[in-house]
Amino acid sequence: MNCDVCQSEDATIFFSQVVEGKLQKVNLCKPCADEKGVTDPTGFALADMLEGMGEEQVTETVIDTEELICPGCGFTQTDFKKTGRFGCADCYHVFDEGLEGLLEAMHKHTQHVGKVPATFPDLPPAEIAPGPTEPMEPSPLDRLSELKNALSKSVEDEDYEEAARLRDEISQLESQVGDS
Amino acid sequence: MKSPSSNLKWEILEFYTGMALRVLATTTNTDVSMRFSTLLKNPAEWMQVPGPESDIVITSRVRLARNLVGHPFPGWARKEDRIAVMEEVRPALEELSEMKDSFSEEMTKLSAIEKQVLVERHLISREHAAKSSGCGTVMNRKQTISVMVNEEDHLRMQAIRPGLQLLSAYGSLDHIDSTLEADLPYAFDHQYGYLTACPTNLGTGMRASAMLHLPGLVLSEQINQTIQGANKIGLAVRGLYGEGTEALANLFQISNQNTLGTDEKEIIAHLDKVISQLIENEKNARIKILEDRPTMMQDQIGRAYAVLKYAHIISSKEALNHLSMIRLGCDLGFVSEEEREAINVLLTEIQPAHLQISAKRKLTPEERDILRAEIIRNRLNRLTPPDFSTILDERDDDE
Repeated sequence: MNCDVCQSEDATIFFSQVVEGKLQKVNLCKPCADEKGVTDPTGFALADMLEGMGEEQVTETVIDTEELICPGCGFTQTDFKKTGRFGCADCYHVFDEGLEGLLEAMHKHTQHVGKVPATFPDLPPAEIAPGPTEPMEPSPLDRLSELKNALSKSVEDEDYEEAARLRDEISQLESQVGDS
Repeated sequence: MKSPSSNLKWEILEFYTGMALRVLATTTNTDVSMRFSTLLKNPAEWMQVPGPESDIVITSRVRLARNLVGHPFPGWARKEDRIAVMEEVRPALEELSEMKDSFSEEMTKLSAIEKQVLVERHLISREHAAKSSGCGTVMNRKQTISVMVNEEDHLRMQAIRPGLQLLSAYGSLDHIDSTLEADLPYAFDHQYGYLTACPTNLGTGMRASAMLHLPGLVLSEQINQTIQGANKIGLAVRGLYGEGTEALANLFQISNQNTLGTDEKEIIAHLDKVISQLIENEKNARIKILEDRPTMMQDQIGRAYAVLKYAHIISSKEALNHLSMIRLGCDLGFVSEEEREAINVLLTEIQPAHLQISAKRKLTPEERDILRAEIIRNRLNRLTPPDFSTILDERDDDE
């Protein structure tokens, strides 16, 4: 696939952006991308760049995407962006995509723990336990306390080589946690 | 401005400025107003009964958000949908043993002032007060349990307790919730928990909050730091009437933000721990002020006494802030303990809608300030001047 700007080099950078409800895509080679400032994510807007590229090219790259609508209540993704609320319980499954990221940012977790209505059928055990496809990654803080325990144990055991290694790992992890 | 579509806006505007008063007697359904007046005569239980830590923790509240399957959430539903939900939910609520002798009404049947009285008592939200068709409210006579039907979610149930009793408040709601779920098909998902209109309430659908009186932290200018600290560990701190309201009377509401991924008891345990810490900090701040700036403390409490006892015109803000100082005086032993209940009652009694209900007519803001001063003088007629003899001996010349 050739670069949309110079039309000669092979495109290696692919950009998509939603502009006025339409998905727009641009394919660029490395030199053109650098020139347009695409590699600097803070200052790049696809819309601005498309404006400088001539109408006919733009229409070629525009793909009309049908907006997702909840069949149960007629709620759309745009409605959600406007109100921050969903239309009905089914919306959670219709607009499932991208929801986990949002919930992660909101609640730090994405899996309900706590009360379950007694009338609700239980899940088969396999689905409740975290499957092998999604290994639970320990949080840095859990990892940190684990390391600290190991450190005090190695000091007790007078294994100073191991203790020094653990100490370095802890201070590295602590600086990471502190930065975030 | 007067287009038909702006009618609702007008209603809301009138509600907030307290200008629209349909006096009780003119309410169409006399039976309802009788019951509303009964509700009014009973001060909420939390105002009269002291609870654990109730010198600093005024109330503990827990609310659960629930929705029914097969109906759009209230904010997106058509009027017919909302009415259908209400017809399904209200009988179930009224049948609860906890709701014996309840006050149950549709929002359309309540006047703007009546709705605001419920807001001032923390029984419904400001948002719910602005609702009309297909929205309702059910509460027990002691006003310890209240349920909003078709607020942001189909059901918003709240339990309120005096002092620090979050777990007990949750316990009573949990019981009601378990009874209701047998009849009402809740929207629930094994991953997301209870499905709510706003994703910020997913999971447990539970918001637990405590109203704290923190004059020590305010006077020692540690309050902003405290609020920021709470925010960092996922707790929200708000003013007297929730989101976006000013912190009056040194009262702050602290609540959990996250509802997904932590179970109900753990959320409450975390909040309890933080609140206990805040109580410690507040007590230390008070001791420190008494040691370092006893004259300033006496001045604040003495002034509050003088103004409340002798003012004839007083704004809500001024009154609330002075009442806070008298309450602090009670905690520190400078003012008689007996005044505590009077202060709790006054906190709501001097609010605009309560004043207009007691006057049985619409009042201008100026008239309200006069009536407010009168009510305060009457309530505090037994209040004797603060007695600072306990600190006089050790007083330094600090200023």
